Parts: sequence; C-alpha cells; structure tokens
Amino acid sequence: MSVAAEPVLPQRRSRVLGRIAANPAALVGGGMVAFFVVIAILAPILPIADPIKTSWTAVRKAPSAVHWLGTDEIGRDLLSRMIWGAQASLLAGVVSVAIAVLLGVPLGVAAGSLRGWTDAAISRLTEALLAAPFLILAIALAAFLGPSLSNAMIAIGLSAMPVFIRLARAQTMTVMTEDYVESARAIGVGPLALVWRYILPNIFPPILVQSTLTIATAIIAEASLSFLGLGQQPPAPSWGSMLNVAKNFLDQAPWMALWPGIAIFLVVLGFNLLGDGLRDALDPRDG
Amino acid sequence: MIEFLFRRIVIAIPTILLISIFVFGMQKILPGDPVLAMAGEERDPATLAFLREKYHLNDPVPQQYLYWIEGAVHGDLGISLRTREPVLTLIGQKLPVTIQLAAMALIVAFFIGVPAGVLSAYRKGTWIDWLSNVVALSGLSIPNFWLGIMLILLVSVRLGWLPASGYVSPWVDPVKSLETMLMPALVLGSGLAAALMRHTRSAMLGVLKSDYVRTARAKGLSERTVLVKHALRNALVPVVTVTTLIFGDLLGGAVLTEQIFTIPGFGKLVVDAVFTRDYAVVQGIVLCTGIAFIAMNLLADALYRILNPRMRMS
Repeated sequence: MSVAAEPVLPQRRSRVLGRIAANPAALVGGGMVAFFVVIAILAPILPIADPIKTSWTAVRKAPSAVHWLGTDEIGRDLLSRMIWGAQASLLAGVVSVAIAVLLGVPLGVAAGSLRGWTDAAISRLTEALLAAPFLILAIALAAFLGPSLSNAMIAIGLSAMPVFIRLARAQTMTVMTEDYVESARAIGVGPLALVWRYILPNIFPPILVQSTLTIATAIIAEASLSFLGLGQQPPAPSWGSMLNVAKNFLDQAPWMALWPGIAIFLVVLGFNLLGDGLRDALDPRDG
Repeated sequence: MIEFLFRRIVIAIPTILLISIFVFGMQKILPGDPVLAMAGEERDPATLAFLREKYHLNDPVPQQYLYWIEGAVHGDLGISLRTREPVLTLIGQKLPVTIQLAAMALIVAFFIGVPAGVLSAYRKGTWIDWLSNVVALSGLSIPNFWLGIMLILLVSVRLGWLPASGYVSPWVDPVKSLETMLMPALVLGSGLAAALMRHTRSAMLGVLKSDYVRTARAKGLSERTVLVKHALRNALVPVVTVTTLIFGDLLGGAVLTEQIFTIPGFGKLVVDAVFTRDYAVVQGIVLCTGIAFIAMNLLADALYRILNPRMRMS
C-alpha cells in the first residue's frame, strides 16, 4: 500500500519552506501581506475614528497630528477609512478567489480525470468564459447582479474561474499518467478516493501559486469595480470607491487620491511577490 | 495553412454559441419585466402586450434565444434603451476611438517592454536585471486608474502640460489628438509594458542559451548583431503572439482609462450602459468582445505558425 506521493510530502514541504525563507522577495511580499491582514483584522479594536462619522468642521483637512492621513470631502478620517477599506479589499480578494477555486478546481479535475464528453463540455465552457475579457465580464456580471461588494466578489470569482479550471485540468492530466496513480487504480482505489488522496495533494502547489497571484488581480478588480460604483456602496469604505470620490477633488485635496492608490499598490505588490516566490520555491525549474 | 485556419474556425463555432447563450442568459437572470423598462412611463396594457408580442416574450425561452441569435447573426443586436440607436451602430461609432487608444498603448508597451526585457536578459543577475524586474512587477501592481489620476494631478493640474480629459479625432486635428491621447496611452500601456518585459526577458533567456547564438558569436559577429539579428528576432516570436493575447487586458484596461480621461470610446459606452441599465448594449459589447477575442486567438495561432518555421514544418 505504499504509494510514492505520500511519504515524500513532509520532506518536500520542509524543502519548500526552506526555499521560501531563502527568497528575500517572497519574504518581503509575505511581510507586506501579513501587515495588511493584521490591520484589517484589528480594525474594530484599533484606537481609530469611526470610518463613517462625518464632521463639517473637518472637511478636506490635510494630513496633521489629529488626522494622520487627512480627511475627505465630508470630514471623515482617512486613516480610519483606509484601515476599514483594507478589510473590504482583502475580503474581496480572498472570497472571490475562493469562489473561483471551489468551482473551478472540481470542474478541472473532473475534466482531466474523466476525459471524454465531460472534458469536451467543460473545455468548451472554459473557452467561452475565457473569451470575454476578465474586467468586462466582471463589469457585465456586476451590472446584471446589481452593485454591491458581495455581488462584485461573485462577479470576480466567476470571471477568474476559467483559469483554475484550465490549470486543474492540465495538472490532473499530468498526475493521472504517474505510476503511483496507475498502481492505486490497480489495487482498486475508487475514483473519489483517488481524487482526494492522490490527485488533489499533487495538484495543490500550482493551484496555491495561481491563487496567490489571482488574489492580486482580484483586489485590483474589486478596486476597479468599486471605482466605477459597482462594488462596495457608500458610506462603507473601500479603496476603490475612495479613489472614485477623490478624483473630483484632485486640486483641493490631492491626499484623498494618494493613500488608497498606495495601499492597493502595496498589497497587490505583496501578493505578486509572494506568488512569484512560491512559484520559484515549488517549481525550481522555472527559477 | 488554410486547412489549419478552417479547422480552428470550426472549433471556434461551439465556443461562440456558448458565449451567445451566456450573454442571452444574463438578460434572463435580471429581476423585473423587461417590457416595463422598454415602455418607460407608458403603462397601457395594450402597449405592453404589443411589446411582449413584438419581442417574442410570450414564447418559450429556447425559442426566444433562437429569435435573438437569428437577429445577432444578421447584425441586429437590439436597440439601445438610452439613445434608441441600434447597438451595432453605437459599437461601430465608439470602437475607432478605443482602437486608437489601444494602438497607442501597444506602441508605448512595445517600446518600453521589449528593450527592457532584452536588456534584463542580456544582463541577467546584474543590478539592471534586478531594477527592470522591480519596475515590471511594480507596473503590474499599480492599478492603472490610479496611475491615471496621479498623472492628471501632476501633468495637468500642477504642470498644465497636457489636457486632463477630452478627445479629438486624429482626422480633425492630429496634434491635438496626440496631446489628448498621450497620457491615456501611457497609463494603459504601462501595465502591458510590464507584462511584455517579463515575456521578452524569459524568451530572450531561452534564446541566448541556444546553439545558433553561440555559433553567431563564434563567427565573430558583433554583440549588437548577435543580440538584435539573431537573438531578438527569434525571441520576438512568442512575444508577438502574447501581444495578440493581451488584447483582452487592453480592452478591460480601456474601460477604466476612458472613464478617467473622459474619452468617448468603447469602454465609456459599457460603463454608461451599465449605469443606465441599457442591457442590450452591455450584451452586445460582451458578445462582440468575446468574438473579437476568439479572432485574436486565431490570429495569434496563425502568426505563430507564420513566424516560426518549425511549426510550419510539423
């Protein structure tokens, strides 16, 4: 019953962790992501102002000791809105990728392991979804579903799904030809057990890399949809919607446009660096 | 080649049909009665019944789809609720503006991305390589709408060098047209430049290790000739095909860029249609971009075969 895939995993895991630790870019990326995750989680207990409380005496104030990042067009504290906005952005990134993975990976594994007409049908569906440009598809879906953060997440998740179907299908097809899968089938391991014990653990690394990189894309997509008014709705803060308002006050309050953009840039860069580092660590051939 | 193209077109047909079902289905998930939206203030039952009959809304959904697809094949994608113009006419009016923006962005991307990629690969492991990679990764991480806002702030609001918004057709005033499109093209092209740089670098790294480059060097050719005539020419093959494939990103990016710089193109048409609930226009746009994307894929495959003699042989 000894099959090659399982005993190798722990050793491989420590080797991978070692490679990530030796990759400064991945560490920096991981650190940046961790920073934003921590402030997003701690938002409710941090000693910051109410993100939706307006103050007509503090309209469009420049950064100062009282308002570290300044205030917006109706006197709300920008630091507080930035921190709460991190929640919306990270949530949108993670939830939409979770939707894409949870729908896309089973479809890809089914196509890659069952082949035949299942594969043909799923592949045509994937091609059709891939044919619509990511953002245009997300905009159209968000428009039809109605503007809200949760609908934006669904729209982004569905638009990102085909990439995961394709990846899971290709990886499954490769794993299916391995000797240990052949031996498992020979000793009568059922199809579901085969997927659970042999296919999923082996296709996990590339899915993880793709997920990390797609979170970066999803965060930009959420910011884009919110910027267009199709994501997070006011007064709840989101970096994209903050930028949408800020563009009307460029001359009077440029700081309003500065912080959300820097935050999106840093968090997306963090995920990109982490994703690149993970890819190098998990697949040294590409390095 | 013709047989190859024919085979690819045949394969593309079911994909296009699926896109059309998807686009048609989008309308069906909408809550509310489309006839009420079409009738506007008119609530006369006879008018509503007439509209229902006219648009086949009393028929079963599969039959409605057949009517719709028959119209689409004949170029009838419906009428815009907002402007009362045919959807295809609207798309035809706005597309040239976006094509101009996309073409200028591609030029920007090519002239920044390709040289940076070549230099980065040639100087692999040096500070030039490191810097190019950092700049490229940053380019991929900056939301282009924010870059647009920052450029407007600096170049238009503070320095007053270029107009912050508007559009002038190149046929009316080429210089003014270039002025209004320069910043949008830079914004849209910067992300693509980063992607192209990474592809060029990776292709060049592969080519620089190949035997024919070693032979070219052994013949005593200058480094410049080896790089440009032997290495780059071959490395450009995958880069050119990738360029056709980033068409989707280009269109998606154009939506936001046009929104920021108030350019009356394809992207602005989508956003305006979304906010006025002009669903026929949204559907038409998704269908047209889907078909265009498939055509670009086909072009990418054909170009790859034309540019790469080994593919033609097989």
